[in-house]
Amino acid sequence: MQEALEALGLAGRLIVSMDGDVLEIVALSLQVSLTAVAVSCLIGLPLGALLAMTRFRGRNVLIVLNNALMGLPPVVVGLAIYLAISRAGPFGVFGLLYTPTAMIIAQTVLVLPIVTALARQTIEDLNAEYDDYLRSLGLGIGGRLRTLLWDGRTGLITAAIAGMGRAIAEVGAVIIVGGNIDHVTRVMTTAIALETSKGELALAMALGIILMAISLALNAATHALRGDAMRRMYA
Amino acid sequence: MLDPADEAPLLELRGLTYTATTATLLDDVSAALPATGVTAIIGANGAGKTTLLRLLAGLLTPTAGEIDWSLAGSARRTAMVFQRPVILRRSVDANIRHAIAPLGLNEAEAARRVDEALAVCRLDHLRTAPARRLSGGEQQRLALARALARKPDVLLLDEPCASLDPQSTAAIEAIVRQAAAASTAVVLVTHDIAQAQRLAAWVMFLDAGRLIEHSRAGAFFAGPQTAEARDYLAGRLPPIAPGDEGS
Repeated sequence: MQEALEALGLAGRLIVSMDGDVLEIVALSLQVSLTAVAVSCLIGLPLGALLAMTRFRGRNVLIVLNNALMGLPPVVVGLAIYLAISRAGPFGVFGLLYTPTAMIIAQTVLVLPIVTALARQTIEDLNAEYDDYLRSLGLGIGGRLRTLLWDGRTGLITAAIAGMGRAIAEVGAVIIVGGNIDHVTRVMTTAIALETSKGELALAMALGIILMAISLALNAATHALRGDAMRRMYA
Repeated sequence: MLDPADEAPLLELRGLTYTATTATLLDDVSAALPATGVTAIIGANGAGKTTLLRLLAGLLTPTAGEIDWSLAGSARRTAMVFQRPVILRRSVDANIRHAIAPLGLNEAEAARRVDEALAVCRLDHLRTAPARRLSGGEQQRLALARALARKPDVLLLDEPCASLDPQSTAAIEAIVRQAAAASTAVVLVTHDIAQAQRLAAWVMFLDAGRLIEHSRAGAFFAGPQTAEARDYLAGRLPPIAPGDEGS
């Protein structure tokens, strides 16, 4: 107990003093996860919307497959990407292994199904309400897609935040493809895992506290954003 | 039946038929729609009124027959107002701007149309309000404002006053009259016979998917030619088909 309290005190000092190592790890974590979420949104929001708006053979299979991918174990994703980008893999020539780019790819694979599934659900509900009206305006699929994405923005923000939650808390995939290399690919979750295994609890606890704070701040911001949007849109 | 509309027709329906999975909802309807004034489509539930309106709006594709828009010129333009208005999650003026965006107008013309539609529908004071916070009557006026801003050849109204109070209904009817007076053809589906009498110049009476009367409103309401129309106007229910007694 005494050891834990001492570690907690040290963790507090690391945060307050804005320790360089801590800041570097936090910055890389945010960079990797925010990029992965941004890429996932760029692909997943229109993809989910198209799945919601269109009917074609195999659509249900795609939806079931996507939903199943939401539960992908991160270590399996990490392993698959490791095999793909390692020197002997099909994408080995790009030299991505143990780089932040590899970690972004891994997190994108994990986040994309979540964003796609939540976007599909949000847009499907909205499309049921809007479809006749938008068609009566003579809008093509592009125009209808833009309208639905904009009007569904509060629900879609939630999808993005859910994706961010998955990305920033993930450890299994990024440790395999990133390698947890100091000053190169060390992020909060991999650092916590490493420092805990070494018995260096202070840094682990400092990063854990920051991780929790980021998670809380994200959720508070989402809540405020949704509340504001609801007031303005009555959505 | 091809009605000899004595005004210049805007479009012609020729053998228009729509069959859903299990039933023919509209059966071989032929008629000419006048280029101005209000045409009321009336008939009992299931007569095919809304199906006809949705075919005119291009929301359904006819199973057989055709709608000849060539009389309206090359650019056919319809605008539809639904029984329950679909209000986008944005401000009142942004709703109107969204409706006219596909027309590719320049900014000055778009702004002018927004102003005009807001004025006609008496929504100026709510210009920047969140549209979904409007009352039911205001929302239906917004739906009309969006439709009128498109300057349609044909304004299609599907029971626009079905869930409105008398005051809101009067406001909607005033806007419809104004649109019809401004040379817009209006096609109005309504269950409200008094409303059809107040607004319509022409009446199309549908029964079980068939157009069985199409005449001037005055003549129709003074002396309907068919037993079905007489029964409908008198509020007499159709006889129950054998085997349906218990349903």
